[in-house]
Amino acid sequence: MNAPANKISFSQAINQALDEAMAADPMVILLGEDVADEQGGGVFKTSAGLSTKYGIERVRATPISEQAIMGAAVGAAITGMRPVAEIMFMNFLTVCMDQIVNHAAKLRFMSGGKTSVPLTIRCGTGAGVGFGGQHSDMLEAWFAHVPGMKVVTASNPADAKGLLLSAVEDDDPTLFIENVAMYATQGAPPEPDYRVPLGKAAVRRAGTDVTVITYGRPVLAVEKVAEAMAGEGVSVEVIDLRTIAPFDEETVLNAVAKTNRAVVVHEAVKAFGAGAEISSRIHEELFGQLKAPVKRVASKYAPVPFSPPLEQAFLYSEAEIADAIRSTLR
Amino acid sequence: MSVATASLAQDREVDRDTLLEIYRRTMLIHRTDERFRSLLMSGKLRLVYYPVRGQEVVSAAMMTPLRPDDYLVTTYRGVHDQLAKGIPLKDLWAEFTGKASGTCKGKGGPMHITDPATGVMVTTGIVGSGLPIANGLALSSQLKKDGRVTVVCFGDGASNIGGFHEALNMASVWQLPVVFCCQNNRYGEHTPYAQSTSAKQIIDRAPGYSMPAVRVDGNDPIAMYRAAEEAVERARAGGGPTLIEAMTYRMLGHTFGSSYAYVPKELLDEAARNDPLPRFRNLLLQMQVIDATLDEIVAGIERDIDEAVEHALSSPYPDLVELRRDVLKEEIPA
Repeated sequence: MNAPANKISFSQAINQALDEAMAADPMVILLGEDVADEQGGGVFKTSAGLSTKYGIERVRATPISEQAIMGAAVGAAITGMRPVAEIMFMNFLTVCMDQIVNHAAKLRFMSGGKTSVPLTIRCGTGAGVGFGGQHSDMLEAWFAHVPGMKVVTASNPADAKGLLLSAVEDDDPTLFIENVAMYATQGAPPEPDYRVPLGKAAVRRAGTDVTVITYGRPVLAVEKVAEAMAGEGVSVEVIDLRTIAPFDEETVLNAVAKTNRAVVVHEAVKAFGAGAEISSRIHEELFGQLKAPVKRVASKYAPVPFSPPLEQAFLYSEAEIADAIRSTLR
Repeated sequence: MSVATASLAQDREVDRDTLLEIYRRTMLIHRTDERFRSLLMSGKLRLVYYPVRGQEVVSAAMMTPLRPDDYLVTTYRGVHDQLAKGIPLKDLWAEFTGKASGTCKGKGGPMHITDPATGVMVTTGIVGSGLPIANGLALSSQLKKDGRVTVVCFGDGASNIGGFHEALNMASVWQLPVVFCCQNNRYGEHTPYAQSTSAKQIIDRAPGYSMPAVRVDGNDPIAMYRAAEEAVERARAGGGPTLIEAMTYRMLGHTFGSSYAYVPKELLDEAARNDPLPRFRNLLLQMQVIDATLDEIVAGIERDIDEAVEHALSSPYPDLVELRRDVLKEEIPA
């Protein structure tokens, strides 16, 4: 896949990461529906060219059988392979929750460390592109809640590549979440061998008044709001978690200890979301010095709707982010 | 018992040494199972135990044609499978008692026994979940060309869950070196076969997946061994998966101490008439194996179990730091 000069898209970044991971380690295999070139190289083309390059033994188009896909990935992983299981949409993870929650996440512990599951699960999701209620949910908190699982997501193509390579190389099961609304988003390509270490957040924008903690697609909206508010004389710090579980508490707490104000933004609905955990940790550690309660901005408490105006109203908005930031300054 | 032994391998020779090895494994399972139940009865042990009385020969004969490095996936009622596969007795007992010296440092427990050194890769507490994982082990062997075969054991009840069907389909499409060993013990927990299973027999499900299948009297060591050996050889030779339906009986309740009143007397009588243990012993005696030989095998097993129980009961529990280990590769900070 040829990128325009000095730019690559999210899907190209993912494709490059998979390509490099497969080239570097014969134990890396891909499993998923339609992932081979004969089937189109993945519905989002993220594995385009790979079965031609590495063979259909290693780039395996599977039946539409999520339990069988995930079970096969878990079984291969405990023998030391590094499978990347593509589950087309995050909602389809619900079909194979047993394999993820009861097996992938727990086998290292339940075996006393005699087996491990170096598995990467990729899935696309996200509201805003008209897929409706069963193809758009952000369920990261479900997986973050299970001891033994790591959960990551990227806000730009370079990080997507660096995070995915780290996930594949990691010895624990990692869920890699892709926002389908961003597959075509372009960004600067990373340096060769670029890795985003798991568990490390990035400070996207330095600021002194309010810290906004976010991850994935909302990073773009938050950066835009931060830029606009700079014109109003408000200095907003933007932290991109990149790893949701385990999240980089050190970076978050250090940042909020400096600004004493925080807002958490994510696309998942607010109730019982990752924002509740992050907000709670900030309150537990920094309550005495906070100048305002930590605010949360998230999507509305509803299934993701189809009708475009409803879908846009469901999502967090830049206005809500700005309002939340202002409310911490009052 | 009216069970067709439709194996193509009916005329295979099963030599006396092989039968004696199956007998040794059978009695190791039986005496271990019995010891667990007696220690539970006396209150010296406290754990949820899934007895395997009646299913000893199925496992012993299934695992005998396997190599030590072949893979096994089994379920919570799996102590017979683990022992037949060769898991170290002391480590097994220590794990069942939650001790640091157990196969899994006491962190898995009876329902989650893992011992990769003997090929015991996963023991799952979730009905039917082992089959998709077995495919992954077999896929690894197929890709690495390591010649290993994976056996996955499960009950008749597991054939009604989605994972069974997804796994059989995938194994057949990919021609994976896996043996699906269904131990049909007539009950899924407390519900009899006919009330939960639409297929007259489990093997009737195999043609839908273009998979060779065989139904055998699992309590007959020769018939069971022949079916097992044929399936293992097929898998190892690249001939793909096989479904074995081993007819057997669960002669006790779902868990130790649970009621068994729901089983009709006629079925219990039938199970008693087909008890694999006296059947096997009589078979060997008919083959001119002398009582003393068999008694010696059992005496050796009893000594091993004595040692294993003593080891397990006297071993320390895991250090509490283990709570923070093996959750992730890196230890969780205190």
